[in-house]
Amino acid sequence: MIVLASMRDIKRRKSSIQSTQQITKAMKLVATVKLQKARMRAENCDHYFHRMYDTIHSILARTGVIRHPYLQKGQSDKKAVVIISSNRGLAGGYNANVARKLMDYGFSGEEVLLYAVGRKARDYLIRRGYALEKDYSDVIDDPKYGDAEMIGGDILEAFTSGKAGELYLVYTEFKNTVSQEPAVMQLLPVDPGEMSMDRTEKLTPMNYEPDEETVLGELIPLYINSLIYGAMMESVASENSARMQAMDNATGNAEEMIEELSLLYNRARQNSITQELTEIIAGAEAIG
Amino acid sequence: MAEKDLFEVEIICPDHPFYEGQASMIEFNTSEGQVGIYKNHVPETLILRSGIVTITTPGEKLQAALHSGFAEVLKEKVTIMAQAAEWPREIDLERARKAESRARERLGSSRENVDVLRAEMALNRALTRIGLMKK
Repeated sequence: MIVLASMRDIKRRKSSIQSTQQITKAMKLVATVKLQKARMRAENCDHYFHRMYDTIHSILARTGVIRHPYLQKGQSDKKAVVIISSNRGLAGGYNANVARKLMDYGFSGEEVLLYAVGRKARDYLIRRGYALEKDYSDVIDDPKYGDAEMIGGDILEAFTSGKAGELYLVYTEFKNTVSQEPAVMQLLPVDPGEMSMDRTEKLTPMNYEPDEETVLGELIPLYINSLIYGAMMESVASENSARMQAMDNATGNAEEMIEELSLLYNRARQNSITQELTEIIAGAEAIG
Repeated sequence: MAEKDLFEVEIICPDHPFYEGQASMIEFNTSEGQVGIYKNHVPETLILRSGIVTITTPGEKLQAALHSGFAEVLKEKVTIMAQAAEWPREIDLERARKAESRARERLGSSRENVDVLRAEMALNRALTRIGLMKK
């Protein structure tokens, strides 16, 4: 319950909340439109990604255990982590959730090389002692495939040069408009156990030009790029739907507060009229 | 071209489906050189190199520039997963020419910090684009 004295105070407060509500309403609309676009792009890239996944999966299923460097953990204990958040707040728990996901996953500050996409999680993690390796925060405003290629190239370089032994990707999975979940994905070494499920018998015979290992070596970088691109798309969709929800709640809360204040205002107005009348009557009686 | 000689062609880019249709032949550039594929080809996965893809459909011959990726060839279907693909109308010739001279300059200089592989790839892309425009 809000306790406010004068009618003027109530009125001022009410109009301040009303203008806040207008902003939250507008932000909600903007987020809704952006969400629709982001969702479409996420779906487009999903198709590409699944084909990529299937192809790599079937190579691994067919060839069994190949000793490829991309399938083995590197020498270093360091973990290169690409973390995707946003540059702007007011999206509910979106940014905090993804940053906390990384911390809860059990990666300490010392073993992580942070490749940050998005200022919010970057700043949050730097404050908690994580070392920033490289910052790509500007790309999340309008992620292109070329950006994913650049990030993928950098982390792959860290892996092949032995700077990092494992590569991870932390992003927010877009389930639907009301549910987004932060997720951690291991990029390298590729885990063949997880991939080669019992689908071998369904596979059509396939030749590889020039050979399986070379194809795999060429495909895995592309696979990583497409994963990063897909994760950026999903994260942008998640961000906008989180913001849409947060702003919807804020608009609802503002509505509630305005109603409450209107009630208070009317009550105060009535009180003042009653008081004035009482005074007039009392005055009239005194004269009479 | 008879109906029975046609197979499906699908070209997918990361951000959008690029082309889908029927063709009697498709030609493109791979790590092992230029290939042309008809229907009922042996199932094969190939690594793409920057180059021009030519799709022969019953009505017309379509050409586009492809930049790295891979192709999956099945008896009745060819799927190309390209990192980037462009129709001639989407290519900016002026930009491609500039990219070409930039890449040549980088390759010509003897500085140590030149990423030769990257410059070569950029040159290949530029040459593919220019080559396609000249056709």
